[in-house]
Amino acid sequence: MDEPTAFVEFRNVQKSYDGETLVVKDFNLAIARGEFVTMLGPSGSGKTTCLMMLAGFEPATHGEILLGGKPINDVPPHKRGIGMVFQNYALFPHMSVAENLAFPLMVRKIPAAEIEQKVSRALEMVELPEFGKRRPAQLSGGQQQRVAVARALVFDPELILMDEPLGALDKQLREQMQYEIKHLHETLGITMVYVTHDQSEALTMSDRIAVFNDGVVQQLATPSELYEKPENAFVASFIGENNRLNGAVSSVEGSVCVVDLDGGGTVRAAKVNVDGVGARASLSIRPERIELAPESGSMANEFRGRIEDLIYLGDHIRVRMSVAGTDEFIVKVRNTASRGNLKKGDEMSVGWHSEDCRALDPIEV
Amino acid sequence: MTVSAADSIDPGVPLVTPDGRPLKLALAQATRRARIRAFALVVPLLLFVLVTFAFPIGQMLYLSIHNPVFSDHMPRLTAYLTEHPDVQVPGEEGFAALALDLADAKKNRTAGRIGTRVNYERPGSNSLFKSSARKAAKFKGPPYKEKLLEIRSDWGEPHLWNVMRRASAQHTLDFYAAALDLTHDENGDLSQVSPERRIYVRLFWRTLFLSAVIAFLCLLLGYPVAHLLATLPLRYSNLLMILVLLPFWTSLLVRTTSWIALMQSQGVINDILVTLGIVGDDGRVQMMYNQFGTIIAMTHILLPFMILPLYSVMKTIPPSYVRAARSLGATPLTAFIKVYFPQTTPGIGAGILLVFILAIGYYITPALVGGSSGQLISNQIAFHMQKSLNWSLAAALGAILLFMVILLYWVYDRLVGVDKMKLG
Ligand SMILES: Nc1ncnc2c1ncn2[C@@H]1O[C@H](COP(=O)(O)OP(=O)(O)OP(=O)(O)O)[C@@H](O)[C@H]1O
Ligand SMILES: [Mg+2]
Repeated sequence: MDEPTAFVEFRNVQKSYDGETLVVKDFNLAIARGEFVTMLGPSGSGKTTCLMMLAGFEPATHGEILLGGKPINDVPPHKRGIGMVFQNYALFPHMSVAENLAFPLMVRKIPAAEIEQKVSRALEMVELPEFGKRRPAQLSGGQQQRVAVARALVFDPELILMDEPLGALDKQLREQMQYEIKHLHETLGITMVYVTHDQSEALTMSDRIAVFNDGVVQQLATPSELYEKPENAFVASFIGENNRLNGAVSSVEGSVCVVDLDGGGTVRAAKVNVDGVGARASLSIRPERIELAPESGSMANEFRGRIEDLIYLGDHIRVRMSVAGTDEFIVKVRNTASRGNLKKGDEMSVGWHSEDCRALDPIEV
Repeated sequence: MTVSAADSIDPGVPLVTPDGRPLKLALAQATRRARIRAFALVVPLLLFVLVTFAFPIGQMLYLSIHNPVFSDHMPRLTAYLTEHPDVQVPGEEGFAALALDLADAKKNRTAGRIGTRVNYERPGSNSLFKSSARKAAKFKGPPYKEKLLEIRSDWGEPHLWNVMRRASAQHTLDFYAAALDLTHDENGDLSQVSPERRIYVRLFWRTLFLSAVIAFLCLLLGYPVAHLLATLPLRYSNLLMILVLLPFWTSLLVRTTSWIALMQSQGVINDILVTLGIVGDDGRVQMMYNQFGTIIAMTHILLPFMILPLYSVMKTIPPSYVRAARSLGATPLTAFIKVYFPQTTPGIGAGILLVFILAIGYYITPALVGGSSGQLISNQIAFHMQKSLNWSLAAALGAILLFMVILLYWVYDRLVGVDKMKLG
């Protein structure tokens, strides 16, 4: 089998700009053909840097980047055949929309008739058939964004990189464009590497997400896996809402461990990322997996708590409680008829299953 | 079609404010006060510009057509020539006017000035007027024609009379003709002056040519520097910026003199060349006091005027454009030509225009390092202002220069658009 399974591959890639600090530390990522992979992470975590290394604008200080099985470290950007959408779109201001779209075809010396045909097809694809003669400055943000996407697609690259392409758009337009990009990805079947720091964007669009922090991939998984089964405390707190309880492991029974909480009490939790008896751990519990006033004995973990705050959000109610020594314990309650009588100051029990509570590496605040 | 609020109002009915005044009137009153105050603020500047700029230029333009010397100091002859527009060499009546005016000129010591004026067009007239005036002052009476012709037979020359007739006009375009190396021949028709006296047209061309060469050299040298300035990390670019601006902090004279010290035939560069054996001691390269010297020194002096507008434009071009071009398949060269360069054209236009216009009027540097082949038109203007005292000709040369600059500006506006220019 010569055919490699990965279309894009980062192998032990490191990057430093100043020779003193590593911006990207030992980055490994394999992307299959046709996949939509998102790099998600807080600002400054090295996402753009990784994308720039893939596009060829920044050299990797160590490691290999492979495209279609071939190392491309020494291939200049214009020979990589990668389409790219920049955060500010980078549409050439001195060219019309049609000229912008024709640019990648023109530099490839494609015959004029064919260029014209491809350009008009690309304009139709992004639903801007009438806009070829306009200058980029005469377009709205969303239209510019579409032109940028069309320009990256028009020369039929197999790989498209997008660096926070929707960052400048308002929420509604952003959601619409997310859908459109996803749709294009599905119909064209191209491979996409997408960068964002918006987790909901990453969750809705991606096949897989690489969560970045501090130059390291914390977890690479499908959206549901990331949410349901975070492998470390950073991912758990970065993706979605999360309750964290700190403590020390007192005993381990197979896949379940018992943790003595700093705030008092013990919790049975799924052992995911702890070293063993005596090690510090942070427990992660999703707010919607917690039940208020559960039937006694039905759940592995039961605590007494007091309601500090109620926020009415229509379909659900967000309840802030003090539980086990923290007053930032969030419970999401479905807005059913029986739940209408919660009041601030009420004391009641809360409970959760041990498999919904993951014991992860400690983060001390 | 959406109908905006303004469209939906019937244009036939004028809008009124709640107290019944027409809205237009209310608006005009409300804005008038602000306008008056704003105008009062610019009045000092306006006066300053008028007094120091518009007025002198207007005066200079007037000077280039104003020709009072002859008519002021030869009133009788001027009156005679106006009354007899067709006469070539006049009879006794005309000579009488001439002789009496010449006698007055001797008395008022103006014969030299009149002679100088006529001399512009007819060489040798200076001494003719001076000597004739001296003698005419001693005439006791007629026949003047006979007596004058006796002193100098030149007075019977139709050409001289043609010249005097033209010189007697209060307003004339003759200075412009002279500034373009044209003169009136024996028959009074416009024709080129004799080849050895044709200097101005050639000088205008040379000025234009050298300015274009200098602007082009500035662009060639300044473009990479401006690019570096715009893209280097801040601490290096600050240092570079100081180096670029350094020439501004040194006196023009000092800089020009140091060029002389470097490049004259006994200067540093030649000494090095001789020491290295590249040229022999008798074959020292002549780099100063010729066009080469003018070009080198002026390029150096005007370079910042090219770099700064270029820099201010390049600073606004984010690196993502070139990166986008590269990712779309353009080689570095194509990305530069098709994407980067076109976006710098406003800076190029501004820089070229600035350098070119400054170079056209440059004076000190060519005067110091230009020798005779590196002189520009402004050196001739200075000559007529300071040495020959033919201010009208200087004004005409200056006006032509001004006209050329305006023409250039207009052409630039048509080709590029002045609103697209970025000066910094
Ligand atoms: N050209 C550069 N020279 C030096 N340091 C750089 C350069 N570009 C980025 N960095 C540093 O590298 C780190 C990672 O930057 P990067 O742009 O990859 O972050 P990012 O994850 O894309 O962040 P954001 O979400 O804000 O875009 C940052 O600390 C940044 O300061
Ligand atoms: Mg970034």
